[in-house]
Amino acid sequence: MKQKIAIPFDGTPEQEKQLRAVLAELKSVPGGLMPALQKAQGIYGYLPKEVMIIIAEEMSVPLSEVYGVATFYAQFSLTPKGKYQIGLCLGTACYVKGSGEIYNELVKLLGIESGGVTPDKMFSLDATRCLGCCGLAPVMSINGEVYGNLTVKSVADIIEKYRQLEG
Amino acid sequence: MYRTHIMVCGVAGCASNKSFKIVEELNKQLTERGLNGEVKVITTGCFGLCAKGPIVVIYPDGTLYHSVKAEDVTDILEQHVLGGKPVERLLYKEQNGTVVNSLKDTEFMKKQIHLALRNCGVIDPENIEEYIGRDGYQALAKVLTQMTPQDVIDVVLASGLRGRGGAGFPTGLKWKFAKASEGPVKYVCCNADEGDPGAFMDRSVLEGDPHVVIEAMAIAAYAIGSNQGYVYVRAEYPVAVQRLQLAIDQAKQYGLLGKNIFGTGFDFDLEIRLGAGAFVCGEETALMTSIEGKRGEPRPRPPFPAIKGLFAKPTILNNVETYANIPQIILKGAEWFSSIGTEKSKGTKVFALGGKITNTGLVEVPMGTTLREVLFEIGGGIPNGKKFKAAQTGGPSGGCIPAQHLDIPIDYDNLISIGSMMGSGGLIVMDEDNCMVDIAKFFLEFTVDESCGKCTPCRIGNKRLLELLTKVTEGTATLEDLDKMEQLCYYIKANSLCGLGQTAPNPVLSTLRYFKDEYIAHVVDKKCPAGVCKKLLKYSIDKEACIGCGMCAKKCPAEAISRTDYTAPGHKLASMAIDNEKCVKCGACMSTCKFGAVKKG
Repeated sequence: MKQKIAIPFDGTPEQEKQLRAVLAELKSVPGGLMPALQKAQGIYGYLPKEVMIIIAEEMSVPLSEVYGVATFYAQFSLTPKGKYQIGLCLGTACYVKGSGEIYNELVKLLGIESGGVTPDKMFSLDATRCLGCCGLAPVMSINGEVYGNLTVKSVADIIEKYRQLEG
Repeated sequence: MYRTHIMVCGVAGCASNKSFKIVEELNKQLTERGLNGEVKVITTGCFGLCAKGPIVVIYPDGTLYHSVKAEDVTDILEQHVLGGKPVERLLYKEQNGTVVNSLKDTEFMKKQIHLALRNCGVIDPENIEEYIGRDGYQALAKVLTQMTPQDVIDVVLASGLRGRGGAGFPTGLKWKFAKASEGPVKYVCCNADEGDPGAFMDRSVLEGDPHVVIEAMAIAAYAIGSNQGYVYVRAEYPVAVQRLQLAIDQAKQYGLLGKNIFGTGFDFDLEIRLGAGAFVCGEETALMTSIEGKRGEPRPRPPFPAIKGLFAKPTILNNVETYANIPQIILKGAEWFSSIGTEKSKGTKVFALGGKITNTGLVEVPMGTTLREVLFEIGGGIPNGKKFKAAQTGGPSGGCIPAQHLDIPIDYDNLISIGSMMGSGGLIVMDEDNCMVDIAKFFLEFTVDESCGKCTPCRIGNKRLLELLTKVTEGTATLEDLDKMEQLCYYIKANSLCGLGQTAPNPVLSTLRYFKDEYIAHVVDKKCPAGVCKKLLKYSIDKEACIGCGMCAKKCPAEAISRTDYTAPGHKLASMAIDNEKCVKCGACMSTCKFGAVKKG
């Protein structure tokens, strides 16, 4: 069911200028590769190969090392995210309160699994670690907006609400 | 001067429940009413009662309001602030119905002592002067002007403070080793990469009292002879990062960070580094590798970080909560601190209560408080009349504590002796509806996913262990498999490189120890007693209770429900039945049936 779609790189010259300016600053900072990747993901929304090549060149580290670091950490994404980024918490407190079922419901509703994006690039789904609001378990966040005390029913309503926003 | 302060919790659960809207509305109405010279609204850190959020507390009287919405602002201002009468409907009620006016009088607070959380919910975390007003930076001044580095280490050693991040290593000892390491460059690091799913105490300290971490790190730096610190924070905590950065900037402005602090010639600078979502980076050597900008893989120890740590220089790493205790220890003395707690575990511990418990939230209790007190007096017990099954401490590294150990006083050594561990302080409660095999599998899936892959016992061993565990939840395991699992657990623990692998099998071992009967039910009877493991579930319809309305058949996605030819006495329609060959075990029929005729088991 997992859908991987190849999306052509569509970075703009402005983004590249921004990136190179950031890299010039971080080049001399000890351990600057992680902050560089974080900034780059902030600029492009994800880390396409083209961007990792620029980082490798500017920071004078092998591309393999850049790729190695980028794939080690869960926060870095090598594929673009959807317009609405759904993060469902699968931390312990949420899991104990049934977020496993909520996850299955989301997979059913969206047709994608964790890490995937819908073909229309509308939704992406990530099973996340604890979001730190365990009092509201189970929770998910959509573009930073937190929805708590979820049920299989309410999660369907929430997705429907976003779909209607898009007509 | 303001006559009234309105404190609104602006972090974690309350923030997610839109408490900022209350602040906006308060400020708007105060301006309209011309009261903003008299009443001040402050966005604070966590009060602990996350389950009842958003929380609002009004001083000087300390009235506690819960579940507040922006629409309640008018009443709060008119009745309380102007009229002097509390708004009854927003007041906190105990489970027995007693109305409590102020936070400190609640059952929730009675047994708590706030040391690490002393400023959370009390000060405005974005204003350094409020921190200074609560003795902030006095400990640093005392250390720099009246104490030698050795004095500082002696006090911390004598206090008995142990690391709050998990393993409980004596903090003073760590500092002593780093001080003894020769070298012009040393580092002080703070672990704020709170990766334990279900723990959020570090987040609360950083968001509610960021200066305490800065002050403590400067004290540590003076003690070991360092001039540079790093705070490694989870990127998932944007508010914590922003407040900490603001606090660092303010401290620099006030000359409390940077060059020549208090004119003593001591320099200390602090930088934030963001984590990027790798649980293994909570391990000290992995965290340091990550600050160096590499894949966060652990290194073998020795050499210990106190000898060769970050950038191969002597380094100390302490957790946020550990640091939060330091300034008070310096000001009030080692004796005061060590008078709280048990013989070998001094002070307090913050727990994040979560799962099947009434008062989910943050609690800070003296070491030696029993689990029963924490769960049933402070936590308010298990909701919905369910039965307590187990409490899980220590996250993916810890274990489950069954009901028979509820009266054990919580401290580092007691928890180890019953097969769990303190960990960072996540405390997740499970009731009779949770399957312990499933919980063990949940944690193991987490560690398999988070294993960095560097050493084989952890990378492959845990994967094999998970496969065996999956066999149990699917009803294909044998009793022999259970023995194999146990052996494998001990092998992984003995041979893994770092703390992640060495503790990964703990959830399996502790559930095998205390809930063996549940494992056996899965293996021998092919049943999941809690009704969680899907492959072992069987839904059926009680033909006597079924009124034959057919709603279940309509909801069934697999068309597995059809009408029988049996009509129960007193009912008009024939009852329904489930074809277990077709059933996908989604549970839709059960949640649809209004007559309780669908059974699971």
